[in-house]
This record gives sequence, C-alpha cells and structure tokens, in this order.
Amino acid sequence: MRYFALVILTCLASALTAADLEDRQLFQGASSQVTLRVISSTDTDVFAPILTGFLARNPGISIDYAVAGSSDIVTLISDCPDCFDVVISSAMDLQLKLANDGLARRLSDLDQPDSVQWRQSLFGFTLEPATIVLNRAAFAGRTVPETRQQLIEAMRNDPEHFRGKLGTYDVRLSGLGYLFATQDARTSETYWRLMEVFGSLEAQLYCCSGDMIDDLARGDLFVAYNVLGSYASTRPDLRDRLAIITPRDFATTMMRTVLVLDTTRQEGAATDLVAYLTSGRWADAGRPGYPLQSFDGGDTSGLNVVTLEPGLLVYLDRLKRKLFLEAWSSAVLR
Amino acid sequence: MRSEPPRPGSLRRRLTLTLIVGAAVLALLFFLVVRTYAQQVAQQSQDRILEASLTSLLDAAVVRDGQIELDVPYAAFAMLDTGADDRVFYAIHQGGELLTGYDNLTDPPFALTPSAEFSTRPFNGAEVRRATLTHSLPASPRPVLLTVSVAQTRDSLAGTLLAISANAAVFGTAFFLLAAGMALWTSASTLRPLGDLAKAVARRGPSDLRPVNRPVPSELSPLVTSLNSLMTRLSHSLTQSETFIAEAAHRVRTPLATVRSHAEATLLRVDKDENRQALRSMIRAIDESSRAAGQLLDHAMVTFRGDQLVKRDIDLVTICSEIVDRLTPVAEMMDLDLTLSSQGPVRIKGDTILIQNAVRNLVDNALKYSPPEKGVHITVSANPGATIAVTDQGGGFPEAQIGLLSQRFQRGDNVKDTVGSGLGLTIASDVAEAHGGRLELKNLNSGGACAILHL
Amino acid sequence: MDRAGPQNAMKYLLIEDNAALAAALCNRMRLDGHVIDHALTLSEGSDFLLVGDYDLILLDIMLPDGDGRGFLERHRAAANTTPVIVLTARSEVSDRVSMLDLGADDYLTKPFDHSELQARCRAVMRRQSGSAQTVIRRGAAALDPVASVLTIGQVDTTLRNRELRLLELFMNAPGQIFSKSKLVDRLFSYDDTVTDNAIEVYVGRLRKHLEGSGVSISTHRGLGYRLDEE
Repeated sequence: MRYFALVILTCLASALTAADLEDRQLFQGASSQVTLRVISSTDTDVFAPILTGFLARNPGISIDYAVAGSSDIVTLISDCPDCFDVVISSAMDLQLKLANDGLARRLSDLDQPDSVQWRQSLFGFTLEPATIVLNRAAFAGRTVPETRQQLIEAMRNDPEHFRGKLGTYDVRLSGLGYLFATQDARTSETYWRLMEVFGSLEAQLYCCSGDMIDDLARGDLFVAYNVLGSYASTRPDLRDRLAIITPRDFATTMMRTVLVLDTTRQEGAATDLVAYLTSGRWADAGRPGYPLQSFDGGDTSGLNVVTLEPGLLVYLDRLKRKLFLEAWSSAVLR
Repeated sequence: MRSEPPRPGSLRRRLTLTLIVGAAVLALLFFLVVRTYAQQVAQQSQDRILEASLTSLLDAAVVRDGQIELDVPYAAFAMLDTGADDRVFYAIHQGGELLTGYDNLTDPPFALTPSAEFSTRPFNGAEVRRATLTHSLPASPRPVLLTVSVAQTRDSLAGTLLAISANAAVFGTAFFLLAAGMALWTSASTLRPLGDLAKAVARRGPSDLRPVNRPVPSELSPLVTSLNSLMTRLSHSLTQSETFIAEAAHRVRTPLATVRSHAEATLLRVDKDENRQALRSMIRAIDESSRAAGQLLDHAMVTFRGDQLVKRDIDLVTICSEIVDRLTPVAEMMDLDLTLSSQGPVRIKGDTILIQNAVRNLVDNALKYSPPEKGVHITVSANPGATIAVTDQGGGFPEAQIGLLSQRFQRGDNVKDTVGSGLGLTIASDVAEAHGGRLELKNLNSGGACAILHL
Repeated sequence: MDRAGPQNAMKYLLIEDNAALAAALCNRMRLDGHVIDHALTLSEGSDFLLVGDYDLILLDIMLPDGDGRGFLERHRAAANTTPVIVLTARSEVSDRVSMLDLGADDYLTKPFDHSELQARCRAVMRRQSGSAQTVIRRGAAALDPVASVLTIGQVDTTLRNRELRLLELFMNAPGQIFSKSKLVDRLFSYDDTVTDNAIEVYVGRLRKHLEGSGVSISTHRGLGYRLDEE
C-alpha cells in the first residue's frame, strides 16, 4: 500500500514537472566533471548543434538541457530558484525583469558591447526578426505584401480568400508573442489596424512559431504574422512552399538572450557557455541555412532591434498588461 | 675660531615645507569641494529624472469606477536607462494598497506631499535612490490617494562620481605638483638675497669692516643696518684698542726713560760700591719693566693680529735681513756677531709684522743669552718647509724644560740673573701657530741653543 | 767732567720736550765728550739748525708744537743731509717704517740704553761720508771712532765695539785715571754679570794694539787705568 502511494506521488510529481517542461535532454561531455543545468525556450533540435559544438570545446562539461515556454520559464525559476544554472530565452523583457530583480549573476570578465548586454548580467547572442510568412500558393497571381499596410490592403481586397486563414501568436500565452506585439504597438498604429483586420477575419491564435509553420505548410494558413523567420528557414523543404517576408516598414527584431542565475554553483562553466554563445563561433556550425544568426552588436541594417533597457519592464506591469490585453482582445478576439 | 650660525637652508626648508603643506591642503580641499559639489549635482540630476518619471506615471493615471487605471508610459521607464544599466524598481499604491510594482519598495501610511520626496535606502540587495509622490485623484464617493514610487540603483551615479573624482584628483595632483615646484622656486629665490648677503660678507677679508653697501630687499635692511652699525662699532673699538696699545706704550716708557737717564747719570758720579750696586740694580729693574712692557704689548699685538691674520706674499729672507740691519748695532754693542744665511728668497703667505715680531724676539733672546764675542746666526731655508732658525753659542735650553719654555712667563733655570720677562718664546710660538706652523726648540751638539720657526 | 778737544767733538742737536730726560741725555753725551744742543720744540730746533752745523739730530716724535714726522718731511725736502735718529716711545713697526720712509736714519725706543744710542749714532754716522774730522790722535795712534779703525803708521786695525769704546774713552781723556768699576759701567750693560777680570782682558788687548804707537795704558793699583802719551 505504501509503495503504491509512493509510486503515485512520484508519478504525479514527475507529471507536474513534465507538464511544464516541453523537453529535457542530457548532453554528455567527453570527460564530464560538471553538469550545467540549462533552461531554455529554444527547441532542442534547433539548439543541439550549438551545444555539441560547445561540448567539443569543453569536454569537462555536461549540459542538462530543458525546454519550456518563455512564460513558464519565469514560473519555474520562481518556484525553484536552485534548480537551474543558465537561462536562455527569446523573451527579452522577461529576461530583463529577471536581471532587474537581482536573480542574474554579474559576469564582469565578459566584455561585450553595450547594445548586446545589460549590466553584464544579460547577454544577447542572436538577431532574429519577426517576419510575415506566406503560403506561396495562396498568393499566386497576387502581389506579395512587403509592408503591414500592403498586407492590410491585400486582405481588404479579398477578405473571403483570407477568412480563417490568418494566424499569429496568442499573446496571452506566448511571452515572445507578447513582446513582438507590444513592440509593434509601440512602434506604429498600423499594428492595431492590422490586428483589427485579423480579428474581423477570424484569425487563428497559436502558442508557438512551429505550429504556425506547420499549418502554413499544409495550407491551413495563408499568412502567419510575427513568426520567427528562423524557424521557417529550418525547413529547407518548405522553401518553395513558403515565403518569408521581413516587413519593410519596420521589422521588430529580438535578440535571444542568456543569463546565469545568481544561485549557480557552477559560475565558471556557466561563464564559459555564455562566452561561447556570445562569441558567435557556433554560427558556422557547419550547416548551411542554420536558422540562428549570431549577433555581436554590429550593423543591424535597418532592423528595429528591441533595446535592452528598463523600458522593457513597462509592458510587464500588471496594469499595463491588463490594459494592453484588453485592447488586443477587443481587436483580435471576436 | 669661528662658530657657524644656523644655515639659511633650514629657513628655506621651512618656507618650502610650509608652502608645500599649504599647497597640499589646498589641493585636498579642492578635491573634496569638487567631489562634494559633483555628488550634489549628480544626485540632483538623478533626482530630476526620477521626478520626471514620477510625473509621467502620475499623468497616466485615471480613476475608473473608483479604481485607478495606469497606462504606464514607455518613456516613464525608458528615461531611467543609464550608461551603467541601473536597475529600476517602482510601486503604485492606491490608498495603502499595492496596485502594481515591487512589494516593500514603499510602505504605508502615505501622506499627501506637494512635491516628490527623495531618500536613499537599501532594496533588493543594492542601494537605491527612491522618489515618492502622493496625489489625490478626484473620484466619487471619495477622492482616491495615489502613491507612485520610482527607485533606481546608483551605479551610474557612482561611476560619474568616480570619473569626476579621478579627474579632480588628477587636477588636484597637478596643481599640487605645480604649486610644490613653485614653492621650491619661490623659497629659493626669496631667500637668495640672504645667501648672497652672507656670501658677500664672508668674502671680505678679516680686517674689512666697511659698511655693507649692496642693495638688499626691505626685509633685510634692518639686519644690514644693524650689521653695519656693529661693524662700525667694532672697527671703532679696534682702532681704539690699537690706539690704546700705542698710547699705553708711550705712557709707560716715557717716565721709565727719564728715570733711567737719571740713574745712569748718577751711577757715573757715585763711588761707593754699595751705592753703585743699588743704582745698577735699579737700572736693571727699569730695564726689566721696559722690556716687560714691550713684550706684553708685542704679545697683545700678536694675539690681536693672529685672530684675523692678513696673509700676503712675503719673502722671509727680506724680513730677516731687515731685522739683522736693525739689530746689528745692538749686537755690535755687545761684541756679538749677527749673521744671516739663506739660499735664495723663501716666499710664503704670511703676516710681515707678526713674523718680524717673532724673529726679533728670538734674536733678542739669543743676543741676551750669548756669551761675549760669540755669534748669533739666522738661517732661512725652504726645505723641507719654510723655516727660520736662530742659533746662538750660549748655554742652551735646559733640557728638562724645553717643552715648557714657550709657555707664558716661563724662564729656564739657567737664566736667573738675566733680564727678561720670558714672553719672547711665547710670542714666537704664537706667531708660528697663527701661520699654521710651530716653534721648535733644541740644543745643538756643539753647545748653544737653536730656536726654529716652522711656518 | 772731562771734555774732549774741539777737533774731536761730535755736534748733536737734541729736540725733546721732556726736560728731565733731555737733561740726563745731554749730561751723558757731554761726559762722552760730545757737544750737544737741546731744543724743547720743533720751531726752536729749526732755529738751531739755521744757525749751527750738526753731525746728528736726535728727534723726539711727540712734540708739543707738532709731530716729528712733519719735521722730517720738511728736513728732507730741504735736501738737508744731516742724519736724524728718531726717539720714540711707540714701538709700532708701522711707525718705524713710516719714519724710515720719511727720512729718519734710525730710531730708538724709549727707554733706551745709552750704549745702544751710541752704537746707533756711530752706525748712522759711519754711513755718512766725510767723517774724517772725528779722528782722535794721540801719539802715533789715530782712532776713527766712527769707522772703528785704529791706525798706527800704515797699519789699520779694526777694533771690536767694547775695545773701541774703551780706547775712545782713554784717548779722549789722556792722563785721566778710570777706575775699573767706572769702566765696567761705561762698557757693559747693566744686566751683565761682569767680572773685574773682564776689564783686564780688554785693557790687555788694547795694550797689544797700541804697541809702537807712542801711547800706552798704565795700571795704577787700587785706582784704575790711565792712558799715557810717551
């Protein structure tokens, strides 16, 4: 009887944790003495080449790589601050708040330009714009929109063609989606008009870029807005089926960021990993078309890169978020 | 004998030290003042931005259904971005309750404040500058109390302060070094007239008592005036001493001369032996007084001149031959030969008058103690050093007392009945020492004494 | 008092304001057989010089009517060749130099031994030319007291100082008996311990020098010595 209860409890416990984590894999180092616990919002198969490249250079380190949604990562950390050493996320605002709240350790040895780091505690290491991904077939014979305004016009010109075929992040669920949406709203009124059009045409809402791309490939979606173009380009087979458009009016661009939790006991190994990521040496990981583009603070060539500064806290404010979501919901949800 | 007064260097060192210490104090003061001022300015600057953030937050607040709705402007936090990436904390309270933001940033109760209140306190493991403002927003049934707090860490402030402090320190140090250099130069140049004056006075010869005429700064002029008056008094006193000595000689000798003449004349007329002996001893006494007076005055003059020796180029042979000329009649009178020998001139730097005095006294001694029809001989030589040797053929110095003879008033045992005050050898010895030499006394193997002046 | 013959007399001028000293000096000089005039002031001395012809001037430096130095300067300026011996109580060598520079021939410091005065006068006059008139002749002996030479016939003998003074004494007063003690007084300084025998020695020497001159010194027991002309 007691054993049975114990088994059930263990299953429940692991079930609970399992529900929050999307994936968990151990990448073993060749002569591992240290295990680094990484929690990340990036899919394992996307990040794997980077990790193996790191382990090849640092055989003494093993990486316990866990994946969760960017909002879930914050919950996991607040529940168990001791459980992880390194946090990698695409939600810059959430990362910044972690650092602002004093949870990140200062790595004073790393010398990065100001534009890619905050307080030497939070480091950006990629450059990934939010893109509009189109189903080519759906736009056969039509002008391919290159700006949001053009997209609005395309939809207004043939609303029935696009009804139910539009997709974007559910900003209530996705941290990255919320980031992209708030930054778009900050930048231009066009965003709200686009969202209203989306809402009126029964747009689909997704938690993740991957799902949107799958549906686009199948033809269930014609337009996906604010998708991470990087995810689209991991699928070379889809290249002829999908068109990835970086909006020309403005392209909200995020930096994937990494921080080391202050509770870590493996500061050395963690610093090595951060240094590796920020060095960009993983970029030519030997694979053509690797989605993640390294960034070291150089030329951003017209992209609207989200800045690592306290302003990112604004949209995380409870009241502000409430107001934004109210506005968003009234636009997108019908 | 010269005693050295404290050197002007210590005055210069004092002056330099005082100026340098003053400069250091000023530099430090400058640094502190700049730093304090910089801190105030920097803090004010941070406070103004915090205040602006508060204002923008307050402006964005509205009351809806008794509930505060605050559409936080992006700028409210964006403006808090600093070069040091300072952390930002905020708290919005309605009444006493936290609506949104960080817990424990500000605590109730809240009172209405006309303007933002600033304080520095620890929060979340760092020191933050916090600004709080409480406004009353109109609403029904009651106005609502809105308290907004914004806080920021002080890394940027600290960085600015460090930069300013570093600059201030550099400037302060540069100023100090400059001031120290100026201090050294100033004290050296200010005190140079003192050193120049000292050198000018030191350069003078020992008998140069003319007043100091060089131009001096006004602070030194009382010193120079006193110095000049001192020198005038000294010069006057010296002249008086010289005059006194000469006058004393005259006054002592003139009556003695009179008495002696009379005694001599009387002796010629007196026949009785005991009267003759009495007169003879009287004349002897007079001669002894006269000789004593003469030698005392010589001794005084030698001491006097010896203290401020005037060294000129002189030829010892010339001096001795003049003395021989002078004393030849006296020697003849006593049937004694007085001769001089030398091999060429012997030149030294010395005082003519003192050496004349010494040699005259030695020759006088030799003539006095020489038996009749003998000779006194002077030898002047330059090897190994300049020497004047006076030899006679008398009884010689008493061996046991040679060392003492040149002390004042010592006379040897063998001269009991001869008139002499005993200062002759002392005078010669003093003159030799004043020239950095000595008097050597020895007896010759052939009998007779030899007194050698080593100069 | 013995008096020398007129042809042997040295003529001295003494300029001295101290009357007592002057009297004593003049007495002594006359005893030696010299002629001496005494002036109390410089102006009196100048008057004497205008009138008389002197062999030697004895000049005191400190005089009531002026410094002897001024007198010396004028004396030389007037190309007067009479030798001057200065008598001074000041023994400053600087004074000596200035006096000799100004034209004094020698100087004596008071109080002085009369013998020294004699010796210096003799030395000074020796340096002058034309002292022939002071030769003392007795018999075939001719004594030049200035040159200190005794000439007998063709033979010149230079005498030592005491011999000279002894002979001069005798030759100036032939026939006069001089006691030993008197001779001692005249010949030796007062601090010498002189035995009577010393006089005998000197007399003996003189007798030797005077052989064949026609004069001799005779001994008179208990009385003294006397120069006799044969």
